[in-house]
Amino acid sequence: MIYDIKLRITYDYASPAVNGRHLACVMPMEGGGQRVIAGLLSLAPQPEERVDRSDFFGNPVTEFALRAPHEGVALTLQARVERLAPAPAGPSLPLAALPEALSRTADLSPGSPLHFLSPSVRVPRHAGMAAFARAALHPGLTTAEAVIAVGRALHGYMRFDAKATTVDTPAAKAFELRQGVCQDFSHILITCLRGLGIPAGYVSGFLRTLPPPGKPRLEGADAMHAWVRAWCGPEAGWLEFDPTNDKMADADHITVAHGRDYSDVPPIKGILRGSGDQTSKQSVDVVPAG
Amino acid sequence: MVRKARAKPQDSRLFDRYQPLPGVPDELVDAAGFMRPGWEGLIAHLSALAPAEVAQDFARGEQHLADAGVFFRKYGDPTIATRDWPFSPVPILLPEQEWRAIEAGLIQRADLLEQVVADLYGPNRLVAEGHLPAPLIAENPEWLRPMVGVVPRSGHFLHFMAFEIGRGPDGRWWVLSDRTDAPSGAGFALENRVATTRVFPDLYNRTNVHRLAGFFRSFRDALDRLRCDPASRVGILTPGPLTDTYYEQAYIARYLGLSLLEGEDLTVENGQLRIRTVKGLAPVDVLWRRMDGIWADPLELREDSQLGTPGLLSAVRQGHVAMVNALGVGVLETQALMAFLPAISEVQTGRPLSLPNVATWWCGQPGELAHVRANAGRMMIGPAMSTRMPYETSARHAIGGQMRGGGAQAGDDADLHDWLTDNAAGLMGKELVTLSTTPVYEDGALVPRPMTIRVFLARTSRGWEVMPGGFARIGSSADTTAISMRNGGSVADVWVISPAPVEPVTMLGPVAGPFLRAEPGPLPSRAADNLFWLGRYTERTEGLLRLLRAYNSRLHEAASRPLLTALRARLATYGIDPKEPLPKGLQATLGSAVYSASQIRDRFSVDGWAALKDMEKSMSRIARTAETGMDAALVMSVMLRKIAGFSGLVHENMYRAAGWQFLTIGRSLERAAMMTDLLAVLADPAAAEGALELAIEVGDSLMVHRQRYAVITSRASVIDLLALDESNPRAVRFHLDVIRKRVDEITGGSGGTLSDFQRRVLALQTDLALHSVASLDTGALRLLQGRILDLSLALNATFMH
Repeated sequence: MIYDIKLRITYDYASPAVNGRHLACVMPMEGGGQRVIAGLLSLAPQPEERVDRSDFFGNPVTEFALRAPHEGVALTLQARVERLAPAPAGPSLPLAALPEALSRTADLSPGSPLHFLSPSVRVPRHAGMAAFARAALHPGLTTAEAVIAVGRALHGYMRFDAKATTVDTPAAKAFELRQGVCQDFSHILITCLRGLGIPAGYVSGFLRTLPPPGKPRLEGADAMHAWVRAWCGPEAGWLEFDPTNDKMADADHITVAHGRDYSDVPPIKGILRGSGDQTSKQSVDVVPAG
Repeated sequence: MVRKARAKPQDSRLFDRYQPLPGVPDELVDAAGFMRPGWEGLIAHLSALAPAEVAQDFARGEQHLADAGVFFRKYGDPTIATRDWPFSPVPILLPEQEWRAIEAGLIQRADLLEQVVADLYGPNRLVAEGHLPAPLIAENPEWLRPMVGVVPRSGHFLHFMAFEIGRGPDGRWWVLSDRTDAPSGAGFALENRVATTRVFPDLYNRTNVHRLAGFFRSFRDALDRLRCDPASRVGILTPGPLTDTYYEQAYIARYLGLSLLEGEDLTVENGQLRIRTVKGLAPVDVLWRRMDGIWADPLELREDSQLGTPGLLSAVRQGHVAMVNALGVGVLETQALMAFLPAISEVQTGRPLSLPNVATWWCGQPGELAHVRANAGRMMIGPAMSTRMPYETSARHAIGGQMRGGGAQAGDDADLHDWLTDNAAGLMGKELVTLSTTPVYEDGALVPRPMTIRVFLARTSRGWEVMPGGFARIGSSADTTAISMRNGGSVADVWVISPAPVEPVTMLGPVAGPFLRAEPGPLPSRAADNLFWLGRYTERTEGLLRLLRAYNSRLHEAASRPLLTALRARLATYGIDPKEPLPKGLQATLGSAVYSASQIRDRFSVDGWAALKDMEKSMSRIARTAETGMDAALVMSVMLRKIAGFSGLVHENMYRAAGWQFLTIGRSLERAAMMTDLLAVLADPAAAEGALELAIEVGDSLMVHRQRYAVITSRASVIDLLALDESNPRAVRFHLDVIRKRVDEITGGSGGTLSDFQRRVLALQTDLALHSVASLDTGALRLLQGRILDLSLALNATFMH
């Protein structure tokens, strides 16, 4: 499937700011059953400096500086991406065999599962989530089955509510509220899986805006979306699961970036000198091309 | 034990009575009970003195440290409280021959660490080939992913480092810890040396002690050579005044002639690092980093860092800045790494480490875990990833099998095994080493105390150079874990003694040509901003004190009621509730002044700072007992005298450079704005009875008004004296003139192109000069006040790049 993606993120500042420096991470990534046919990220106002590069995990990022006084910043992404249905994966290791496989891993490359095992900034250890994950298991599961079992249990436990949390709400709070958005669902599932010793990471990306005829509209299609990937052994590799919609990531999911959690891959982060509040807006359109 | 001095000194009373601990090696006494070589002179010197004379000599060292402003901040203390530098005047003496072996061992280790870190940020062979467990790196917060693949511009990751070493029971030296990220203490070593030479001037000159200055000169040259742009500066990147070793950083910056820079002093422009100064952006391309790596750039590293510079990593990545040391080398300080270094040395260089490190086991491996568990009684167990010794952190740890820290209860040893099982991969065990003792002078005698030596290495054009001694840490009791200064330990000098006379070295190069006065570099904008606000807040405090005194002294006069209402309204605009005898808003204003001052303590006198802190302390003390009315009025008078003391100290002692100009502009701007505001209310035709007299009182101009206008107080006389008079230091006009003069001095005159700030000052000054007492009515005063306050923004836009 080929998609045309249009993303627009705007920040408006209450009073002018100077010396802003930002990192944007919105361009869909190359590889993993995905091909970027064309992509353009435009910034307004025109930044005095701009560097396009990849980060440690191989995500395309754009670093830019707005030194002169400015009253906000707007990012517009236009991209045409071909997304293939995920190729069938190799057999998943039994969950019980995972620790042994991990201990044999001596790899620090970006794709190594070892980066995704220990607590990270937005995913601290959480005894309650680990217990929740264990309760969703039964003996003899493969790692892939365990991921789906926990993801499914979580989907049943939580309620999607776009108003209950903000981008800064800790996962533990959302878990306590049993409400949240894709970011919360994903952080909680990552915490659960790492609690079981399964390497798990955060995927940011897009969802197709309107479902194919006869299918329900997916939650999270009106903004950037997030789901989870988990490592199921050397042959199965990474499996992607969308806990918000209780389904495997498929041809409707377009990947932007991989990180340990949201803090590795926010669409835009930055530091600026200024005072006062800011308001932000985001709009996304993902439509099949042609 | 029977002990004899080999070469009997004239007087060895102190040695004869010295009792080293049984079974513990000692720096003064060898295993056979003889005095180690080199100590004869020191023992004879001290033994010949009466305790009172020793105390007098030691006091000279203390005095030097106090005069030099050497402090040590208690770590983690959010206030600016400082402790005196805990100095132990008796140096540790080591013969040159023994020192050479230490040097060789540490240079070998430094080279090995360079290879390890280059691998960890490069090909990662050590992990791939199984010489280092992958989780130890992958889960390590000090392994900075954004730095992976970045090759340092200088070609090296490590340029300056420190090792903590100690002598073990077998008499050999051991490496206890590697300090690579932002090692501190080199400046303290210099101060120790100066203080020690004040205590033992003759002895020092008679003994062939290797000098420290040569090391610093080589390091300074090395830093200069790292520059690409000859016009750029070399800076020390400091976390700021809240860090425990800030004074050392300020001291060494002055000693080496480097700019002391905080993250906010820097900005990145097109990948180039720049210092923000009041004269624009100035290039800097070498940073000696005293800030831990993880805080250096909030955009790519710790997002919550208030200390870093956004874009710094970008500048490093683009090769526009040389870092001493490279960002990310903190990973070498990982406690568990020591378990693997001995084997890595064999693999990488084919040679064992000539100076071993303390035996360490990472509990993430089953065999090692079992070993640590079985031998917990003679181990120190703590976080594997920590960059500090277990007892230097607040995390849970175990020493000799006893749980400590992290909420552990005393006698909690039943938990030890569960704790090890549950957290194995996150823990490491280290053999508990009994450290050698060194003599410390206490109550007329020498007593043995455990010690470690911190040795500094710098990469120079001739390879690694080692600072010959200078810095030892001494425990406060026989407990070797109590050695850190945070736990009450002290610091001493280390003398490396040569058999032959040594060349004296100084930092000063040979003098050639006529004397040139050193010009200070441009003032960093952040310092200018803090000085400006220090000026404003101290002046505002003074102004508020005057208003509050006037208010309280009239509080019980029935006739003054309408006037009091007007005063309350004015005070309310400054956040002051005069119903409180010593209003919280007043304390907050002074607190803001103290905060601004704390950011730039190295830029004004020690006495000025003490005066400011003293006032803050008195205010919070008096706040508990003061009562409104005459009592409060008296308190305000006392406070006014204190603040005048502070202003006097600052203005008498501050060098008339850009810093002073900004402080003065802040003060004048605030005084002019407050006076304009006051006149708009009190000189209004509709003002209450007694308002004009009040204005003169608050304006501290009673005498001059009487002299000039006899007894008649009129709106015209008040406006003339407090607004238009160019000679009255309380008048608005006077302060606009001051601002004009100061800004002309900063920018070098008002010729040529005027900045927005200068333009506004000039216009304001002219407009006010053209006013008459009649035209300067309430409306005009309000307009004037707004324009004065707008100067603050214009100043910011013009100078705070």
